[in-house]
Amino acid sequence: MTHFSAMSLLKNAFTGNKNWSAQWPDAQPKTEYDVIIVGAGGHGLGAAYYLAKEHGITNVAVIEKGWLGGGNTGRNTTIIRSNYLYDESAGLYDHALDLWENLSTELNYNVMFSKRGVMMLAHNIHDVQSFQRHIHANRLNGVDNCWLTPAEAKEFCPPLNIASDARYPVMGAALQKRAGTARHDAVAWGYARAAAARGVDIIQNCPVLSIKRGPDGAVEGVETGKGFIRAKKIAVSAAGHTSVIMQSADLKMPLESYPLQALVSEPVKPVFPCVVMSNTVHAYISQSDKGELVIGSGTDQYISYSQRGGLPLIEHTVAAICEVFPIFNRMRMLRKWGGIVDVTPDRSAILGKTPVKGLYVNCGWGTGGFKATPGAAHTLAWTVAKDEPHVINAPFTLERFTTGRLIDEAAAAAVAH
Amino acid sequence: MLLIHCPYCDDTLPELEFAYAGEAHIARPSDPSELSDEEWRDFLFIRSNARGVHAERWRHIHGCARYFNALRDTVSDKFLRTYKAGEPRPDTSVQEAVK
Repeated sequence: MTHFSAMSLLKNAFTGNKNWSAQWPDAQPKTEYDVIIVGAGGHGLGAAYYLAKEHGITNVAVIEKGWLGGGNTGRNTTIIRSNYLYDESAGLYDHALDLWENLSTELNYNVMFSKRGVMMLAHNIHDVQSFQRHIHANRLNGVDNCWLTPAEAKEFCPPLNIASDARYPVMGAALQKRAGTARHDAVAWGYARAAAARGVDIIQNCPVLSIKRGPDGAVEGVETGKGFIRAKKIAVSAAGHTSVIMQSADLKMPLESYPLQALVSEPVKPVFPCVVMSNTVHAYISQSDKGELVIGSGTDQYISYSQRGGLPLIEHTVAAICEVFPIFNRMRMLRKWGGIVDVTPDRSAILGKTPVKGLYVNCGWGTGGFKATPGAAHTLAWTVAKDEPHVINAPFTLERFTTGRLIDEAAAAAVAH
Repeated sequence: MLLIHCPYCDDTLPELEFAYAGEAHIARPSDPSELSDEEWRDFLFIRSNARGVHAERWRHIHGCARYFNALRDTVSDKFLRTYKAGEPRPDTSVQEAVK
Protein backbone atom coordinates (compact mmCIF):
# COMPACT_ATOMS: atom_id res chain seq x y z
CA MET A 1 0.00 0.00 0.00
CA THR A 2 1.38 3.40 -0.97
CA HIS A 3 1.72 5.77 1.96
CA PHE A 4 0.16 9.08 0.99
CA SER A 5 2.31 12.14 1.64
CA ALA A 6 3.17 15.42 -0.03
CA MET A 7 6.24 13.66 -1.42
CA SER A 8 4.26 10.75 -2.92
CA LEU A 9 1.77 13.19 -4.49
CA LEU A 10 4.62 15.19 -6.00
CA LYS A 11 6.45 12.10 -7.26
CA ASN A 12 3.32 10.77 -8.94
CA ALA A 13 2.52 14.19 -10.38
CA PHE A 14 5.90 14.20 -12.17
CA THR A 15 5.31 10.70 -13.56
CA GLY A 16 1.88 11.61 -14.93
CA ASN A 17 -0.03 9.84 -12.13
CA LYS A 18 0.51 6.55 -13.97
CA ASN A 19 2.19 4.66 -11.13
CA TRP A 20 -0.49 4.64 -8.44
CA SER A 21 -1.26 1.11 -7.30
CA ALA A 22 -4.64 -0.31 -6.31
CA GLN A 23 -5.63 0.73 -2.79
CA TRP A 24 -6.84 -2.72 -1.75
CA PRO A 25 -7.00 -6.12 -3.46
CA ASP A 26 -10.30 -7.57 -4.65
CA ALA A 27 -10.31 -10.56 -2.30
CA GLN A 28 -11.91 -13.95 -2.92
CA PRO A 29 -13.35 -15.76 0.09
CA LYS A 30 -11.30 -18.29 2.05
CA THR A 31 -13.13 -21.25 3.63
CA GLU A 32 -12.83 -19.95 7.17
CA TYR A 33 -12.28 -16.70 9.08
CA ASP A 34 -12.10 -15.75 12.75
CA VAL A 35 -14.66 -13.00 12.20
CA ILE A 36 -17.07 -12.31 9.35
CA ILE A 37 -18.62 -8.86 9.06
CA VAL A 38 -21.75 -8.65 6.91
CA GLY A 39 -21.92 -5.34 5.05
CA ALA A 40 -19.03 -3.26 3.69
CA GLY A 41 -20.29 0.18 4.57
CA GLY A 42 -18.37 2.59 6.75
CA HIS A 43 -19.54 0.82 9.94
CA GLY A 44 -18.54 -2.68 8.79
CA LEU A 45 -15.22 -1.69 7.23
CA GLY A 46 -14.41 0.45 10.25
CA ALA A 47 -15.13 -2.46 12.60
CA ALA A 48 -12.76 -4.64 10.55
CA TYR A 49 -10.10 -1.94 10.75
CA TYR A 50 -10.36 -1.58 14.54
CA LEU A 51 -10.45 -5.38 14.99
CA ALA A 52 -7.14 -5.59 13.16
CA LYS A 53 -5.52 -2.51 14.62
CA GLU A 54 -6.63 -2.52 18.25
CA HIS A 55 -7.33 -6.19 18.91
CA GLY A 56 -4.85 -7.93 16.62
CA ILE A 57 -7.60 -9.95 14.89
CA THR A 58 -6.66 -9.86 11.22
CA ASN A 59 -8.26 -13.06 9.89
CA VAL A 60 -11.40 -11.08 9.09
CA ALA A 61 -13.68 -10.91 6.05
CA VAL A 62 -16.05 -8.08 5.24
CA ILE A 63 -18.70 -9.45 2.89
CA GLU A 64 -20.75 -7.10 0.75
CA LYS A 65 -23.74 -7.79 -1.49
CA GLY A 66 -23.03 -4.90 -3.86
CA TRP A 67 -20.02 -2.66 -4.00
CA LEU A 68 -18.09 -1.20 -1.10
CA GLY A 69 -19.74 1.87 0.39
CA GLY A 70 -22.66 1.64 -2.06
CA GLY A 71 -25.42 1.45 0.56
CA ASN A 72 -26.29 4.14 3.04
CA THR A 73 -22.62 5.16 3.41
CA GLY A 74 -22.78 6.47 -0.16
CA ARG A 75 -26.33 7.79 0.10
CA ASN A 76 -26.45 10.05 3.15
CA THR A 77 -26.05 13.80 3.55
CA THR A 78 -22.74 13.44 5.49
CA ILE A 79 -23.83 15.43 8.54
CA ILE A 80 -21.75 14.81 11.67
CA ARG A 81 -22.92 16.06 15.07
CA SER A 82 -23.27 14.79 18.63
CA ASN A 83 -25.86 17.07 20.24
CA TYR A 84 -28.19 14.28 21.38
CA LEU A 85 -30.33 14.62 24.49
CA TYR A 86 -29.75 11.47 26.50
CA ASP A 87 -26.52 10.58 28.31
CA GLU A 88 -26.18 7.27 26.47
CA SER A 89 -26.49 8.88 23.02
CA ALA A 90 -24.26 11.83 23.91
CA GLY A 91 -21.59 9.37 25.03
CA LEU A 92 -21.74 7.33 21.84
CA TYR A 93 -21.96 10.17 19.31
CA ASP A 94 -19.36 12.30 21.09
CA HIS A 95 -17.01 9.30 21.10
CA ALA A 96 -17.55 9.14 17.33
CA LEU A 97 -16.87 12.87 17.01
CA ASP A 98 -13.59 12.47 18.94
CA LEU A 99 -12.55 9.79 16.45
CA TRP A 100 -13.67 11.88 13.45
CA GLU A 101 -11.27 14.65 14.47
CA ASN A 102 -8.17 12.52 13.87
CA LEU A 103 -9.54 10.09 11.30
CA SER A 104 -7.68 11.46 8.28
CA THR A 105 -4.33 11.18 10.08
CA GLU A 106 -5.20 7.81 11.57
CA LEU A 107 -6.12 6.31 8.19
CA ASN A 108 -3.56 8.27 6.13
CA TYR A 109 -6.55 9.10 3.94
CA ASN A 110 -8.25 12.47 3.65
CA VAL A 111 -11.86 12.02 4.75
CA MET A 112 -12.33 15.79 4.40
CA PHE A 113 -13.84 16.20 7.85
CA SER A 114 -14.89 19.83 8.04
CA LYS A 115 -15.97 21.36 11.36
CA ARG A 116 -18.14 23.97 9.70
CA GLY A 117 -20.83 23.88 12.38
CA VAL A 118 -24.33 22.42 12.40
CA MET A 119 -27.12 24.88 13.10
CA MET A 120 -30.61 23.62 14.00
CA LEU A 121 -33.39 26.14 13.42
CA ALA A 122 -36.18 26.81 15.89
CA HIS A 123 -39.40 27.87 14.15
CA ASN A 124 -41.85 27.89 17.04
CA ILE A 125 -42.06 28.11 20.84
CA HIS A 126 -41.84 24.34 21.20
CA ASP A 127 -38.62 24.24 19.17
CA VAL A 128 -37.12 27.04 21.28
CA GLN A 129 -37.88 25.27 24.54
CA SER A 130 -36.83 21.87 23.26
CA PHE A 131 -33.52 23.11 21.80
CA GLN A 132 -32.65 25.07 24.94
CA ARG A 133 -33.26 21.93 26.97
CA HIS A 134 -30.99 20.05 24.56
CA ILE A 135 -28.30 22.73 24.92
CA HIS A 136 -28.36 22.53 28.72
CA ALA A 137 -28.31 18.73 28.69
CA ASN A 138 -25.47 18.72 26.15
CA ARG A 139 -23.35 21.13 28.17
CA LEU A 140 -23.82 19.02 31.30
CA ASN A 141 -22.47 16.10 29.26
CA GLY A 142 -19.52 18.10 27.96
CA VAL A 143 -20.97 18.28 24.44
CA ASP A 144 -20.66 21.72 22.87
CA ASN A 145 -23.89 23.39 21.80
CA CYS A 146 -24.95 27.03 22.08
CA TRP A 147 -27.99 29.19 21.49
CA LEU A 148 -28.10 31.84 18.75
CA THR A 149 -30.60 34.67 18.36
CA PRO A 150 -32.10 35.07 14.86
CA ALA A 151 -29.61 37.88 14.10
CA GLU A 152 -26.69 35.72 15.26
CA ALA A 153 -28.00 32.83 13.17
CA LYS A 154 -28.17 35.09 10.13
CA GLU A 155 -24.62 36.26 10.78
CA PHE A 156 -23.41 32.65 10.96
CA CYS A 157 -25.35 31.67 7.83
CA PRO A 158 -26.03 34.73 5.62
CA PRO A 159 -28.43 33.05 3.12
CA LEU A 160 -30.92 32.45 5.96
CA ASN A 161 -34.23 34.32 5.79
CA ILE A 162 -35.08 35.68 9.26
CA ALA A 163 -37.90 38.02 8.20
CA SER A 164 -40.67 38.06 10.81
CA ASP A 165 -43.35 37.44 8.17
CA ALA A 166 -41.60 34.35 6.76
CA ARG A 167 -43.61 31.18 6.28
CA TYR A 168 -41.24 29.46 8.74
CA PRO A 169 -40.04 32.25 11.05
CA VAL A 170 -36.63 31.73 12.66
CA MET A 171 -36.94 32.24 16.41
CA GLY A 172 -33.39 31.22 17.15
CA ALA A 173 -31.05 28.32 16.55
CA ALA A 174 -28.90 25.76 18.32
CA LEU A 175 -25.34 25.67 17.02
CA GLN A 176 -22.82 22.90 17.53
CA LYS A 177 -19.57 24.43 16.26
CA ARG A 178 -17.60 21.21 16.52
CA ALA A 179 -20.03 19.46 14.17
CA GLY A 180 -19.82 19.45 10.38
CA THR A 181 -19.47 17.14 7.40
CA ALA A 182 -17.06 14.62 5.92
CA ARG A 183 -16.68 13.01 2.51
CA HIS A 184 -18.75 9.82 2.77
CA ASP A 185 -16.99 7.80 0.02
CA ALA A 186 -13.60 8.64 1.49
CA VAL A 187 -14.67 7.23 4.85
CA ALA A 188 -15.49 3.85 3.30
CA TRP A 189 -12.37 3.89 1.10
CA GLY A 190 -10.09 5.03 3.89
CA TYR A 191 -11.26 2.29 6.25
CA ALA A 192 -11.15 -0.31 3.44
CA ARG A 193 -7.62 0.62 2.51
CA ALA A 194 -6.36 0.66 6.09
CA ALA A 195 -8.14 -2.62 6.95
CA ALA A 196 -6.90 -4.39 3.81
CA ALA A 197 -3.35 -3.25 4.59
CA ARG A 198 -3.64 -5.14 7.89
CA GLY A 199 -4.81 -8.34 6.19
CA VAL A 200 -8.61 -7.99 6.14
CA ASP A 201 -10.35 -9.55 3.11
CA ILE A 202 -12.97 -7.30 1.51
CA ILE A 203 -15.27 -9.47 -0.59
CA GLN A 204 -17.63 -7.55 -2.85
CA ASN A 205 -20.51 -8.72 -5.08
CA CYS A 206 -21.15 -11.56 -2.66
CA PRO A 207 -24.60 -11.57 -1.03
CA VAL A 208 -24.92 -13.22 2.38
CA LEU A 209 -27.94 -15.49 1.95
CA SER A 210 -28.27 -16.84 5.47
CA ILE A 211 -26.54 -17.33 8.80
CA LYS A 212 -26.03 -20.99 9.76
CA ARG A 213 -26.22 -22.12 13.38
CA GLY A 214 -24.90 -25.37 14.81
CA PRO A 215 -26.70 -27.89 17.06
CA ASP A 216 -25.58 -25.95 20.17
CA GLY A 217 -27.17 -22.78 18.77
CA ALA A 218 -23.89 -20.95 18.15
CA VAL A 219 -23.12 -19.55 14.71
CA GLU A 220 -21.11 -21.73 12.31
CA GLY A 221 -20.78 -19.46 9.29
CA VAL A 222 -22.63 -17.80 6.47
CA GLU A 223 -24.11 -19.14 3.25
CA THR A 224 -23.15 -16.68 0.51
CA GLY A 225 -23.38 -16.25 -3.24
CA LYS A 226 -19.80 -17.60 -3.37
CA GLY A 227 -20.40 -20.63 -1.16
CA PHE A 228 -20.35 -21.42 2.56
CA ILE A 229 -17.82 -19.54 4.71
CA ARG A 230 -17.11 -20.69 8.25
CA ALA A 231 -16.65 -18.36 11.22
CA LYS A 232 -17.27 -18.57 14.96
CA LYS A 233 -18.04 -14.87 15.17
CA ILE A 234 -20.34 -12.96 12.83
CA ALA A 235 -21.15 -9.27 13.08
CA VAL A 236 -24.10 -8.03 11.05
CA SER A 237 -23.83 -4.40 9.96
CA ALA A 238 -26.28 -4.43 7.08
CA ALA A 239 -28.47 -1.35 7.70
CA GLY A 240 -31.90 -1.70 6.05
CA HIS A 241 -31.47 -5.42 5.36
CA THR A 242 -30.42 -6.38 8.89
CA SER A 243 -33.79 -7.82 9.88
CA VAL A 244 -33.88 -10.04 6.77
CA ILE A 245 -30.43 -11.49 7.52
CA MET A 246 -31.09 -11.88 11.26
CA GLN A 247 -34.28 -13.77 10.51
CA SER A 248 -32.16 -16.52 8.94
CA ALA A 249 -30.57 -16.99 12.38
CA ASP A 250 -34.06 -17.21 13.90
CA LEU A 251 -33.79 -13.80 15.48
CA LYS A 252 -36.63 -11.35 15.01
CA MET A 253 -35.50 -7.75 15.24
CA PRO A 254 -37.42 -4.67 16.45
CA LEU A 255 -36.67 -2.94 13.16
CA GLU A 256 -38.61 -1.49 10.28
CA SER A 257 -36.98 -0.41 7.02
CA TYR A 258 -37.96 2.85 5.36
CA PRO A 259 -36.68 4.73 2.31
CA LEU A 260 -34.86 7.96 3.12
CA GLN A 261 -34.15 10.38 0.29
CA ALA A 262 -31.60 13.03 -0.49
CA LEU A 263 -30.89 15.23 -3.49
CA VAL A 264 -28.20 17.55 -4.82
CA SER A 265 -28.33 20.71 -6.91
CA GLU A 266 -26.11 21.76 -9.78
CA PRO A 267 -22.70 22.87 -8.46
CA VAL A 268 -22.22 26.57 -7.69
CA LYS A 269 -19.48 28.68 -6.12
CA PRO A 270 -19.20 28.64 -2.31
CA VAL A 271 -22.32 30.28 -0.93
CA PHE A 272 -23.33 28.20 2.09
CA PRO A 273 -20.87 28.14 5.00
CA CYS A 274 -22.35 25.57 7.39
CA VAL A 275 -24.93 22.83 7.80
CA VAL A 276 -28.48 23.93 8.58
CA MET A 277 -31.14 21.53 9.80
CA SER A 278 -34.78 22.29 10.31
CA ASN A 279 -36.54 19.48 12.13
CA THR A 280 -39.91 21.18 12.03
CA VAL A 281 -40.09 21.55 8.27
CA HIS A 282 -37.82 18.52 7.86
CA ALA A 283 -35.10 19.79 5.57
CA TYR A 284 -31.32 19.58 5.89
CA ILE A 285 -28.91 21.51 3.72
CA SER A 286 -25.18 22.02 3.28
CA GLN A 287 -22.83 22.67 0.37
CA SER A 288 -20.31 20.06 -0.69
CA ASP A 289 -16.75 20.99 -1.58
CA LYS A 290 -17.72 20.25 -5.21
CA GLY A 291 -20.27 23.06 -4.91
CA GLU A 292 -23.50 21.09 -4.95
CA LEU A 293 -26.14 21.88 -2.37
CA VAL A 294 -26.72 18.61 -0.52
CA ILE A 295 -30.30 18.40 0.69
CA GLY A 296 -31.74 15.77 2.99
CA SER A 297 -35.40 14.82 3.10
CA GLY A 298 -37.51 12.70 5.43
CA THR A 299 -38.43 9.02 5.40
CA ASP A 300 -41.44 7.78 3.50
CA GLN A 301 -44.32 6.77 5.73
CA TYR A 302 -44.41 3.13 4.57
CA ILE A 303 -41.77 0.42 4.86
CA SER A 304 -39.97 -0.37 1.64
CA TYR A 305 -36.77 -1.88 0.26
CA SER A 306 -37.01 -0.02 -3.06
CA GLN A 307 -34.08 2.45 -2.56
CA ARG A 308 -36.20 5.09 -4.35
CA GLY A 309 -38.76 6.82 -2.19
CA GLY A 310 -41.72 8.94 -3.22
CA LEU A 311 -41.70 12.32 -4.93
CA PRO A 312 -44.11 14.08 -2.51
CA LEU A 313 -41.38 14.13 0.15
CA ILE A 314 -38.86 15.73 -2.19
CA GLU A 315 -41.43 18.32 -3.22
CA HIS A 316 -42.11 19.16 0.44
CA THR A 317 -38.42 19.41 1.30
CA VAL A 318 -37.50 21.59 -1.66
CA ALA A 319 -40.47 23.86 -0.95
CA ALA A 320 -39.27 24.26 2.63
CA ILE A 321 -35.69 25.00 1.52
CA CYS A 322 -36.97 27.72 -0.83
CA GLU A 323 -38.97 29.29 2.02
CA VAL A 324 -36.09 29.31 4.50
CA PHE A 325 -33.45 30.24 1.90
CA PRO A 326 -35.16 32.32 -0.82
CA ILE A 327 -31.74 32.73 -2.49
CA PHE A 328 -32.05 29.12 -3.71
CA ASN A 329 -35.49 29.27 -5.30
CA ARG A 330 -34.14 29.21 -8.85
CA MET A 331 -31.50 26.54 -8.27
CA ARG A 332 -31.84 23.46 -10.42
CA MET A 333 -31.67 20.07 -8.79
CA LEU A 334 -29.36 17.56 -10.41
CA ARG A 335 -30.35 14.19 -9.03
CA LYS A 336 -32.07 12.44 -6.14
CA TRP A 337 -31.77 8.99 -4.62
CA GLY A 338 -32.95 6.88 -1.72
CA GLY A 339 -31.39 4.60 0.84
CA ILE A 340 -33.08 2.05 3.09
CA VAL A 341 -32.77 2.92 6.77
CA ASP A 342 -33.56 0.54 9.62
CA VAL A 343 -35.52 2.27 12.34
CA THR A 344 -35.97 1.05 15.92
CA PRO A 345 -39.03 1.87 18.06
CA ASP A 346 -37.01 4.29 20.25
CA ARG A 347 -34.89 5.66 17.36
CA SER A 348 -31.64 4.59 19.00
CA ALA A 349 -29.22 2.04 17.60
CA ILE A 350 -28.81 -1.59 18.62
CA LEU A 351 -25.09 -2.26 19.01
CA GLY A 352 -23.72 -5.30 20.74
CA LYS A 353 -24.31 -8.95 21.49
CA THR A 354 -27.40 -10.99 20.63
CA PRO A 355 -28.96 -14.03 22.34
CA VAL A 356 -27.22 -16.16 19.68
CA LYS A 357 -23.68 -17.18 20.64
CA GLY A 358 -21.12 -15.64 18.31
CA LEU A 359 -23.61 -13.31 16.62
CA TYR A 360 -23.23 -9.55 17.02
CA VAL A 361 -25.30 -6.77 15.53
CA ASN A 362 -24.86 -3.11 14.68
CA CYS A 363 -28.13 -1.74 13.35
CA GLY A 364 -31.07 0.55 13.96
CA TRP A 365 -29.24 3.78 13.17
CA GLY A 366 -32.32 5.05 11.38
CA THR A 367 -31.72 8.28 9.52
CA GLY A 368 -28.50 9.22 11.35
CA GLY A 369 -25.91 6.46 11.10
CA PHE A 370 -23.18 8.20 9.14
CA LYS A 371 -22.13 10.52 11.97
CA ALA A 372 -21.66 7.51 14.25
CA THR A 373 -19.43 5.58 11.82
CA PRO A 374 -16.10 5.64 13.71
CA GLY A 375 -17.73 5.31 17.14
CA ALA A 376 -19.99 2.43 16.12
CA ALA A 377 -17.15 0.65 14.33
CA HIS A 378 -14.79 1.12 17.27
CA THR A 379 -17.19 -0.18 19.92
CA LEU A 380 -18.46 -3.02 17.69
CA ALA A 381 -14.88 -4.22 17.21
CA TRP A 382 -14.38 -4.10 20.98
CA THR A 383 -17.55 -6.09 21.59
CA VAL A 384 -16.67 -8.74 18.98
CA ALA A 385 -13.07 -9.10 20.17
CA LYS A 386 -13.84 -9.35 23.89
CA ASP A 387 -17.34 -10.82 23.67
CA GLU A 388 -18.55 -8.09 25.99
CA PRO A 389 -19.82 -4.55 25.38
CA HIS A 390 -17.63 -1.47 25.66
CA VAL A 391 -18.91 0.88 28.35
CA ILE A 392 -20.06 3.28 25.61
CA ASN A 393 -22.26 0.82 23.70
CA ALA A 394 -23.39 -1.14 26.77
CA PRO A 395 -26.80 0.62 26.98
CA PHE A 396 -27.59 -0.03 23.29
CA THR A 397 -28.71 -3.61 23.80
CA LEU A 398 -31.31 -5.67 22.03
CA GLU A 399 -32.69 -6.64 25.47
CA ARG A 400 -33.87 -3.09 26.19
CA PHE A 401 -37.01 -3.79 24.17
CA THR A 402 -37.83 -6.55 26.67
CA THR A 403 -36.77 -4.77 29.84
CA GLY A 404 -38.24 -1.43 28.80
CA ARG A 405 -34.96 0.41 29.41
CA LEU A 406 -35.33 2.40 26.18
CA ILE A 407 -33.12 5.25 24.99
CA ASP A 408 -36.01 7.26 23.72
CA GLU A 409 -34.46 9.78 21.35
CA ALA A 410 -37.66 9.49 19.29
CA ALA A 411 -39.67 11.28 21.96
CA ALA A 412 -36.77 13.68 22.60
CA ALA A 413 -36.38 14.85 19.02
CA ALA A 414 -40.02 14.48 17.99
CA VAL A 415 -38.78 13.68 14.48
CA ALA A 416 -36.56 11.14 12.84
CA HIS A 417 -32.96 12.23 13.25
CA MET B 1 -46.46 8.70 -6.10
CA LEU B 2 -48.31 5.58 -5.02
CA LEU B 3 -51.85 5.12 -6.25
CA ILE B 4 -53.94 3.44 -3.58
CA HIS B 5 -57.36 1.84 -3.95
CA CYS B 6 -59.71 2.60 -1.05
CA PRO B 7 -62.04 -0.40 -0.67
CA TYR B 8 -64.74 1.77 0.95
CA CYS B 9 -64.74 4.63 -1.58
CA ASP B 10 -64.01 2.10 -4.37
CA ASP B 11 -61.66 4.60 -5.97
CA THR B 12 -57.94 4.65 -6.76
CA LEU B 13 -56.42 7.84 -5.41
CA PRO B 14 -52.98 9.43 -4.83
CA GLU B 15 -50.89 8.51 -1.80
CA LEU B 16 -51.25 12.04 -0.37
CA GLU B 17 -54.85 11.25 0.61
CA PHE B 18 -53.72 8.36 2.79
CA ALA B 19 -51.81 7.78 6.01
CA TYR B 20 -49.80 4.63 6.63
CA ALA B 21 -50.65 2.92 9.90
CA GLY B 22 -48.16 0.08 10.31
CA GLU B 23 -48.35 -3.68 9.96
CA ALA B 24 -51.81 -5.27 9.77
CA HIS B 25 -53.30 -8.25 11.60
CA ILE B 26 -51.54 -7.64 14.92
CA ALA B 27 -54.15 -8.59 17.48
CA ARG B 28 -54.14 -6.86 20.83
CA PRO B 29 -53.62 -9.42 23.61
CA SER B 30 -56.92 -10.57 25.06
CA ASP B 31 -55.49 -10.95 28.57
CA PRO B 32 -52.76 -8.27 28.93
CA SER B 33 -51.99 -8.93 32.59
CA GLU B 34 -50.99 -12.50 31.79
CA LEU B 35 -48.32 -11.53 29.24
CA SER B 36 -44.62 -12.08 29.91
CA ASP B 37 -42.06 -9.39 29.13
CA GLU B 38 -41.08 -11.29 25.96
CA GLU B 39 -44.70 -11.42 24.77
CA TRP B 40 -45.09 -7.69 25.40
CA ARG B 41 -41.90 -7.05 23.41
CA ASP B 42 -43.25 -9.10 20.51
CA PHE B 43 -46.59 -7.32 20.57
CA LEU B 44 -45.18 -3.79 20.92
CA PHE B 45 -41.92 -3.83 19.01
CA ILE B 46 -41.35 -6.87 16.80
CA ARG B 47 -42.63 -6.50 13.25
CA SER B 48 -42.20 -8.76 10.24
CA ASN B 49 -40.54 -5.96 8.19
CA ALA B 50 -41.14 -8.24 5.21
CA ARG B 51 -38.99 -7.95 2.12
CA GLY B 52 -41.73 -8.93 -0.32
CA VAL B 53 -45.47 -9.13 0.34
CA HIS B 54 -46.41 -7.09 3.40
CA ALA B 55 -49.86 -6.80 4.97
CA GLU B 56 -50.33 -3.27 6.26
CA ARG B 57 -52.93 -0.79 7.46
CA TRP B 58 -53.72 2.44 5.67
CA ARG B 59 -56.19 5.16 6.53
CA HIS B 60 -58.01 7.21 3.91
CA ILE B 61 -57.45 10.26 6.05
CA HIS B 62 -58.46 12.92 3.47
CA GLY B 63 -61.42 10.91 2.22
CA CYS B 64 -63.73 8.57 4.12
CA ALA B 65 -61.25 8.55 7.06
CA ARG B 66 -61.63 4.78 7.48
CA TYR B 67 -58.90 2.22 8.09
CA PHE B 68 -58.38 -0.60 5.61
CA ASN B 69 -55.71 -3.19 4.90
CA ALA B 70 -53.45 -3.69 1.92
CA LEU B 71 -51.04 -6.23 0.56
CA ARG B 72 -48.05 -4.50 -0.97
CA ASP B 73 -44.75 -5.73 -2.34
CA THR B 74 -42.11 -3.80 -0.39
CA VAL B 75 -39.47 -4.31 -3.10
CA SER B 76 -41.47 -2.87 -6.03
CA ASP B 77 -43.90 -0.81 -3.85
CA LYS B 78 -46.69 -2.27 -6.02
CA PHE B 79 -50.06 -2.78 -4.30
CA LEU B 80 -51.37 -6.31 -4.84
CA ARG B 81 -54.73 -5.81 -3.19
CA THR B 82 -56.56 -3.67 -0.66
CA TYR B 83 -59.36 -5.02 1.52
CA LYS B 84 -61.67 -3.88 4.27
CA ALA B 85 -60.66 -3.94 7.92
CA GLY B 86 -61.80 -7.13 9.62
CA GLU B 87 -61.46 -9.27 6.50
CA PRO B 88 -58.83 -12.03 6.66
CA ARG B 89 -55.55 -11.61 4.83
CA PRO B 90 -56.14 -12.73 1.22
CA ASP B 91 -54.12 -15.69 0.05
CA THR B 92 -51.59 -14.50 -2.50
CA SER B 93 -49.02 -16.79 -3.97
CA VAL B 94 -45.38 -15.79 -4.25
CA GLN B 95 -45.68 -15.79 -8.04
CA GLU B 96 -48.23 -13.03 -7.90
CA ALA B 97 -45.95 -10.97 -5.68
CA VAL B 98 -43.05 -11.19 -8.08
CA LYS B 99 -45.00 -9.68 -10.99
